[in-house]
Amino acid sequence: MSAGVSTASDLTRLTAAQTGAAIAAGEISAVETTRAHLERIAAVDARVHAFLHVDAEGALAAAAAVDARRAAGEQLGPLAGVPIAVKDVIATSGLPTTCGSRILEGWVPPYDATVVRRLREAGVVVLGKTNMDEFAMGSSTEHSAYGPTHNPWDLDRIPGGSGGGSAASVAAFEAPLAIGTDTGGSIRQPAAVTGTVGVKPTYGGVSRYGLVALASSLDQAGPCARTVLDAALLHEIIAGHDPLDSTSIDSPTPPVVEAARAADVRGMRIGVVRQFAGEGYQPGVQQRFTEAVALFEDLGATVVEVDCPNFDYALPAYYLILPSECSSNLARFDGMRYGLRVGDDATHSAEEVMALTRAAGFGAEAKRRIILGTYALSSGYYDAYYGQAQKVRTLIVRDFDAAFAQVDVLVSPTTPTTAFPLGERVDDPMAMYLADLCTIPSNLAGNASMSVPCGLSPDDGLPVGLQMIAPPMADDRLYRVGGAVEAALRDRWGHLLIEEAPPL
Amino acid sequence: MTVTTDRLPSYDEAVAAFDPVIGLEVHVELGTASKMFCGCSTTFGAPPNSQVCPTCLGLPGSLPVLNGAAVESTVRVGLALNATIVPWCRFARKNYFYPDMPKNFQTSQYDEPICVDGWLDVELVTEDGARTVRVEIERVHMEEDTGKSLHVGGATGRIHGADHSLVDYNRAGIPLIEIVTRPVEGAGAQAPELARAYVTALREIMRGLGVSDVRMEQGSLRCDANVSLRPGPEAPLVTRSETKNVNSLRSVERAVRHEIRRQAGRLTAGERVVQETRHWHEDTGITTPGRSKEQAEDYRYFPEPDLVPVAPDRDWVERLRAELPETPDARRIRLLDEWSLSEFDLQSMVNAGAVDLVAQTVEAGAPVDAARKWWLGEIARVANERGVALDELPITPAQVAAVVALVEAGELNDTLARQVIEGVLAGEGEPAEVVAERGLAVLSDDTALLAAVDAALAEQPDVAEKIRSGKVAAAGAIVGAVMKATRGQADAARVRELVLSRCA
Repeated sequence: MSAGVSTASDLTRLTAAQTGAAIAAGEISAVETTRAHLERIAAVDARVHAFLHVDAEGALAAAAAVDARRAAGEQLGPLAGVPIAVKDVIATSGLPTTCGSRILEGWVPPYDATVVRRLREAGVVVLGKTNMDEFAMGSSTEHSAYGPTHNPWDLDRIPGGSGGGSAASVAAFEAPLAIGTDTGGSIRQPAAVTGTVGVKPTYGGVSRYGLVALASSLDQAGPCARTVLDAALLHEIIAGHDPLDSTSIDSPTPPVVEAARAADVRGMRIGVVRQFAGEGYQPGVQQRFTEAVALFEDLGATVVEVDCPNFDYALPAYYLILPSECSSNLARFDGMRYGLRVGDDATHSAEEVMALTRAAGFGAEAKRRIILGTYALSSGYYDAYYGQAQKVRTLIVRDFDAAFAQVDVLVSPTTPTTAFPLGERVDDPMAMYLADLCTIPSNLAGNASMSVPCGLSPDDGLPVGLQMIAPPMADDRLYRVGGAVEAALRDRWGHLLIEEAPPL
Repeated sequence: MTVTTDRLPSYDEAVAAFDPVIGLEVHVELGTASKMFCGCSTTFGAPPNSQVCPTCLGLPGSLPVLNGAAVESTVRVGLALNATIVPWCRFARKNYFYPDMPKNFQTSQYDEPICVDGWLDVELVTEDGARTVRVEIERVHMEEDTGKSLHVGGATGRIHGADHSLVDYNRAGIPLIEIVTRPVEGAGAQAPELARAYVTALREIMRGLGVSDVRMEQGSLRCDANVSLRPGPEAPLVTRSETKNVNSLRSVERAVRHEIRRQAGRLTAGERVVQETRHWHEDTGITTPGRSKEQAEDYRYFPEPDLVPVAPDRDWVERLRAELPETPDARRIRLLDEWSLSEFDLQSMVNAGAVDLVAQTVEAGAPVDAARKWWLGEIARVANERGVALDELPITPAQVAAVVALVEAGELNDTLARQVIEGVLAGEGEPAEVVAERGLAVLSDDTALLAAVDAALAEQPDVAEKIRSGKVAAAGAIVGAVMKATRGQADAARVRELVLSRCA
């Protein structure tokens, strides 16, 4: 094939689209591709720590099954035999699912999440489960009970969070694809700080069945990849109506692959959100963003500035809604039915065992949010906190509606800064929360959003993410715009940004 | 602190001094084939934890999907109770920790119930004849049942003192509806009877709709009774107690009666009535305190984000309304006419819970009088003995009709028929099988009867002499002896004829 495949390390450098095509054409086998990635994991993951669990046996068996199907003359799908890493918040039958928490240590789900079922049906090979902030609460993966993940660009820096493991696995060429989940930016912010592509599909576009809930009304699973087309191919496999998820949208998935291939922004109207700039934004990030906006005009799009005044209240509203739902969603972890159990020594009541288990099993951030949410929902406070936050949410939806009446896509930096050093914000929740300032409004409104790399920040040489936001069920616009940015920058640089990451 | 009943004022003293106001919350398990939010079976009595899945076990990542049949049943109940079916409603989460609740929250409707503002007219028998009281229904809402805890060891079967507890989640997620009345005023001293009559009427309606088997002893209909006492009918409503676990019709009446006496005792002694949950004890006939309102949980209700709002289609609701079965009231009026019964006769059938059973027996071919005679006579006696409702006995209207048919055909007399019913109730099979197995048949062979008559006359020569001398009344003794000798299988009228002809 044209990519000139010769060594195992070459196999890990291919895009998912290339790998899938080569397997379907019989140029390479799924087994050798899988083995190459397992070897890469063995070689680098001690330093990156993207994975919590690697299922070499299961992955090789799944790959062998794909090879057998091809040998039997079956026409394979575009990602059959392509390896993938799955965030540990997604239930995988027969594979541990810890959510980065002690409280679920040793739990092996008896069922597959719909996303995982669809992956398996498409012949995508699950390599293992990736590290994350406990129950997806955090922006650095430092809140994992199993130790942090390291950013492949600089091992002393955070890979973003909560899906730092998924983004890092893709950035470190341990997997060409990963599944992430995004409640307030947990796919996009890690993508931004690792120089990869991350997509939060429209809420309801991808089934949440089997995604261990943090905040049910905000959570959405989506693709992590190194290219926009790879993300689109994965998006197409995992998206679509699921009768097991009542909030799943029963209408056709937008044509994301077609849009990624078109990669054309001519005639599109692009809106720059005025609120996402100024204080707190790293100058290098601001500079790369400004250049990206200029690029849109070069590519034939119209750029206007739009005002979303209520976005200023998004973060506080989010930190009432999320903890409220989280306090309820995490109530089931009580040591009664599965996972950790503490104090079951015939001297404690069931209630005491529950309390001891939760005290020992949850980390500080999980406890902080459970307490916040319990308080916000308490009788006498509900209206002032949860009720007000829901009103803000409605106002944010209206801001988006007004903005999308003027433009097709909104853009902003994905996150105000590049990857910060490990340890810098772990004891400063407010500083940590600010990493999601630009990504949160999309979760509150349930629309679609993507981060693509737009260069390295001149002040620290680290990747900067460009965020695009499209109306609900207009996910294809993201791929059209993201694909165009990616292609233009690749033309400019001669390669993808990720190729500039230092070797591990 | 044990309150003994002998220190309480008498019921008459209590209702002379205070005006009781009651409120009833009735939970009904819907008889749908599957659970409220998953596809698991709802069959009663299956082996523990054999009817469970990730959703009703609350496994991480699982999601609820609303059972459409349960919504339909609830709407039909609402329509039958003259309620308004709202255009739009939601579920909420009721958060509290308990081992038999898999998610540690119950998915239940809260401030947005599906049916509101209904009523049910209830008949009370008074010295001056029947009196109708309209019970206003505030709401009918949907929720899911919890699992069941079994406390092992310890004397009481309660959690206190138990060695360990087992939980069966088969019941977790069974669809429940809760029917809540407004405060019912104006029943005066008849408040306990009204409570019972209301629950009886509700049961009839549920049965008529076919939405539940409403078996109180199996817990498919459960009643909580609120009671408060005020100085007089014009006084404002005051603090109430809520008595739980009232699980038979008789108990509903007794529990309300007891609470009236208990509260009157406190008020008379200058103490206050505490707003609290109380437990009913069937054996001792008293209530004891549960949690008081001061210790009550804050359930932190908020709208369930995993479900979408329910918006019943208006045309569908109207179709369901048009297809409602005849109401018990309308049927009562019809039967009164068709069966030429007095109000009193009908009321006694209603009170015995025999209307349906008699109607079905009549449909199966029995004359009204015969059907009434058996259900209100022998069968009612057995039900009373066993302390169960008529329809809880293992005998069907079809079987009773079969017995009646045998009597009409002259193959059984009443004595034998009673034995057949006894056999059916003892599980010996269908009436025909009991007849065959026990060898029950009227002796229609005069030769055999004559032999028995002669033997009886020979044994009591003095009686025989009296009859011969014209004292015909004395024949009774001989008839009795013959009936005894033939184990009731003879036709007494024929025996009498034979005795008289022998002594002529």
